[in-house]
Order: sequence, then structure tokens, then C-alpha cells
Amino acid sequence: MIHSRGLTREFRVKKETVKAVRGLDLDVGEGELVAFLGPNGAGKSTSLRMLTTLLPPSSGSATVAGCDVLKDPAGTRRRIGYIGQGTGSGDNFRVRDELVTQGRCYGLSRTDAHSRADELLAALDLESLAKRNGSTLSGGQRRRLDIALGLVHRPPLLFLDEPSTGMDPQNRANLWEHILRLRREYGTTIFLTTHYLDEADAMAERVMIIDHGKVIADDTSEKLKADLAGDRLTITAEDAGLAAEIAGRIPSAHEIAVDGMTVTLRVPGGPAVLPELLRQLEASGVKVLAAEVTRPTLDDVFLALTGRSLRESSEGA
Amino acid sequence: MSFVANTGTVFAREIRPDLRNPVSILFGMAQPLVFLLLFGPLLSGMSGGQETQWQWFVPGIVVMLGLFGTFSAGYYLLVEGDSGTLERMLVTPLSRTAMLIGRTMKELVTLLVQALLIIIVVLPLGFELHLVGILAGLVVLVVLGVGLGSLSFALALKARKSPTLFYVVQQMLLMPLLLLSGVLLPMDTAPAWLATVAGINPLTYVVEAERALFAGDLTNITVLYGVVAAVAVASIGLFLGTRGMRRASL
Repeated sequence: MIHSRGLTREFRVKKETVKAVRGLDLDVGEGELVAFLGPNGAGKSTSLRMLTTLLPPSSGSATVAGCDVLKDPAGTRRRIGYIGQGTGSGDNFRVRDELVTQGRCYGLSRTDAHSRADELLAALDLESLAKRNGSTLSGGQRRRLDIALGLVHRPPLLFLDEPSTGMDPQNRANLWEHILRLRREYGTTIFLTTHYLDEADAMAERVMIIDHGKVIADDTSEKLKADLAGDRLTITAEDAGLAAEIAGRIPSAHEIAVDGMTVTLRVPGGPAVLPELLRQLEASGVKVLAAEVTRPTLDDVFLALTGRSLRESSEGA
Repeated sequence: MSFVANTGTVFAREIRPDLRNPVSILFGMAQPLVFLLLFGPLLSGMSGGQETQWQWFVPGIVVMLGLFGTFSAGYYLLVEGDSGTLERMLVTPLSRTAMLIGRTMKELVTLLVQALLIIIVVLPLGFELHLVGILAGLVVLVVLGVGLGSLSFALALKARKSPTLFYVVQQMLLMPLLLLSGVLLPMDTAPAWLATVAGINPLTYVVEAERALFAGDLTNITVLYGVVAAVAVASIGLFLGTRGMRRASL
């Protein structure tokens, strides 16, 4: 569905060249649900804009939904849906009017555009808002309308740029329900960007982590966490120093740190390692007061890869 | 889908809010109406009495309508460029040129309705109706409106990354263009330097042409100059506008 090679985008900012995306190689198959995760300014949106014909790349090539983005932008546009970060519907336009217009933009006949608009109004719980102007909708309603606008032509591939930014948890859950249903019913390939760790973790089957314009990891969330981060063990013991020394004998343990009576370390397969470690501590006469295994998050993966926390990076940018 | 259908889609989208709420068409007329009703009567002493005052002033006001209405049309495009609505349209297969022409056509329909309303307003005041001349005058006005509208769109597209640019340029141009066109006062008494500057303002020629046409004087040479000026503005506007829209995406 998506194949890109060496996709690069540079911007000129105050006479300096800023490389927003540096050589993006992507391969996304049909029916995949991929999340593009990274801090603000990592190049997520720029990548998406290049793949959706909105921004010409500085170099590189991309084939999206079977069309060369550069040679056949119109063909690409017909086959993809794109739900941008902003608001798709106009302030002074009625909800239903915008849906009909959108259908016409994709070449639907007048009758088809009208019946499709009604279908989408029903599918996204917008029926009662059909005659309202865009400016009178709440944030969540407007986002649902954006989704409806992106689906008018039943695209086999859907791009979503930060779909749930600024939404409350209830609206986010509602939005995801719609996205996942779409996928279940039509097998739509979905490619989205997000800087919400939990969202990428919970929803996407495949996570690509992007930082400074490059993909630095690409796998299932489970595998990324197991391979790159490992579980965190926290042991509280009276003789923390000795406990740390014993923990250090585990071959795969790393990031061992002692803070007062607390020893923390990172190790793959934490739930299996912990009982064994406890037995060894017991045998050495270390009195363990508490022990805990914490499963890693994607933030831990990002930290392991870059030495920075994704949360901090996002706020700093 | 054909270019014509694309243009129709864009035009239909833009005109629908006005059709649903026809009063909105009056908003764009506010300024010219104020000038017509509050400034027009002041001219009675200047250009030879009651009857000729409207004959002289109305064609200018109609051009002013074109200037204030269509020249600010880019504002809506600017807002949509900022909000993400333009992007949503750019990612559809819609023809880029149609996206500009459709919008411009909506401006021209609005302008035409507004001009007709102004003429109806002044009829009871003793405005002489030269039907053929007025129709010809409206055609010239529409050509000018196409140019000013698409120039405004071109500016809005150029200013996508820094919206203040739009307002700065627009405000810097609007009043000088108006004052130097002879809409409000005749340029006959202008000092030589001012007359020279007015001479490079295309609106000056359009205003003079409209005055001749509204008086039924279709063969006046100023009509030709006015038509040339309007066509020139329209050509430049359409060129810059469609180029801007094509460059807004891949």
C-alpha cells in the first residue's frame, strides 16, 4: 500500500536548511494499522504530507495505493483518504452540505453524493447536526465530521494526522471505535501519526518510531518493548548494595541503580527472572521487603533508543 | 471528472451559504452603501446639480463595490488555509484551477447582485437608466471583479504561512487604489504628481469607462481604455491566482 525510498524534505528557515525528514524508507502492506510515533517536530506530519501529495519531497520517491505520488498525484488522491491535523469542514458551511461537496470533489454523481452523505451522517452519529454550521459544533463532533469527510469515497488507504489530539478520553474512545469498525468492515489500511504513547500502544499493530526525521524502530509494540526496553524490576531490601551485586550476575540485566533501599534494573522477561532472583537473594541472606515488575511502555522504548523521554521531547519541541 | 464539473462543485459550495442566508450578501455592501448614502449627497454642489450628481457618483460606487467586496474575498481562503479546510480540498482530485475559478465565479455573482441592488437603491433619487450602457458596465465590472478576486486569492495563498501579510498588503493597497481612482472626487483638480500616480491605477480607467457606459455613451474612447484595464487586471489576477493554487500542493 505504501512504499517509499529515501523520502527527504528540507525547509529553509532563516537562511538555514532544516532537514525535517531524512531518507524515509517505508513499506506498509494492505490492511495494516500502523502508528507513526514521535515527539513534536520529529517529521511525522511532514512525512504524511509528502505521502498524501500535499508537499513535494526534496528528494526520494513514494508509491501510495499503487500510484507514484510525484508522477500521478491525481491518481493517488483518488485512492487515499486524508484526515489532517486541522479542521476539514468550513465554519459557515452546513455539515451535510460539506459532505455532499466532498462527494462531488471525488467525482460522485449528485444523487450518489447525497445518499453517501446520509450514510455517513448515520454512521458517525451526525444526523442531528446535519443542518448545523461547522462553527457551531463541539470539538468532538467536528472531528467526527472530519472522519466522515475523509471516508466519502471509501478509500482503501486512510491517513490520519494526530486524529485525537485535544480530545477528551470519551471522545477519543468514540473516535477509535469508528476507526476500528471501518477497518473491520472494509479492511481499510490505516496509517496514523500520534504523540500519544498509550494510543499507539493500544491501537496499532505496528509502531514506527520517528525521531529527527528518521525511523529508528519499526515493529509490533510488544516486540519493541521486549527487545529494546525490557521489564523494570524494583527490589526493596535492607542491604540494597548486596542485592544490586547479586542482581548484576543476571547476564541480561542492565541499568542497575541503587537508591537508598531500592534497587532498580531492567531485564527482558521480568516475570520469569524475578522469582529466580528472589531465591538467590534469599540464599545470600538478603531480606527482601518488596519486589515489583513493571512492564515497559513505549516511552521506555524511546528512552532506550534516544536517551530522551518522549514526554520531555514533546514538551521541549 | 471534467474541469467544468469541478468548477461547478467549488462554485456550488461557495454560493450555498449565501443562498441559505441571502442577507449575508448585504454585508459586503456595507461600505459602498455608507459612501453612497452619506457621502453622495455632499457632491450635489460640486458637479452641476442634483440630477447629474448620482449619474457621476454611482458608477464609481459600483467600482468601489468591486474593490471592497472582491478584494477581500481572499480573507475566507486565508481562514480556510489556516484551519485545514483548504488542505482537505487539496487532497481531493479536484482540479486546482477549478478551485480558484469556482471561488472567483462566486465572487462575481455576489458582485453582480450587489451592483444591481445599488442601482435599484438610486433609481428613485433621479438616476437615469441607460439599460444597454448599464449592462455593458456590469460586464466590465465583472471582468474587473474576476481580476481583483483572484488577486486577493493569490495574496491569501501567498500569505498562508504568515496571515498578517494578507492584511498588511490588502490595507496598504485598498485606500490608495480607491482615492486615486477618482471614485469619490474628480481627479481633474489633482496636482500633476497625483494625476500621474492616478494614471497608473487601472481602476481610474475602469471608473471613467463605467461613467461613460452608465450615461449610455458606449462609443466613448474611455470605454476602450476601461475594458483594456479590466481585462489586464483579470489576466494578471487569473494567472497569479491559478499559479498560486497549483503551487499549494504537489
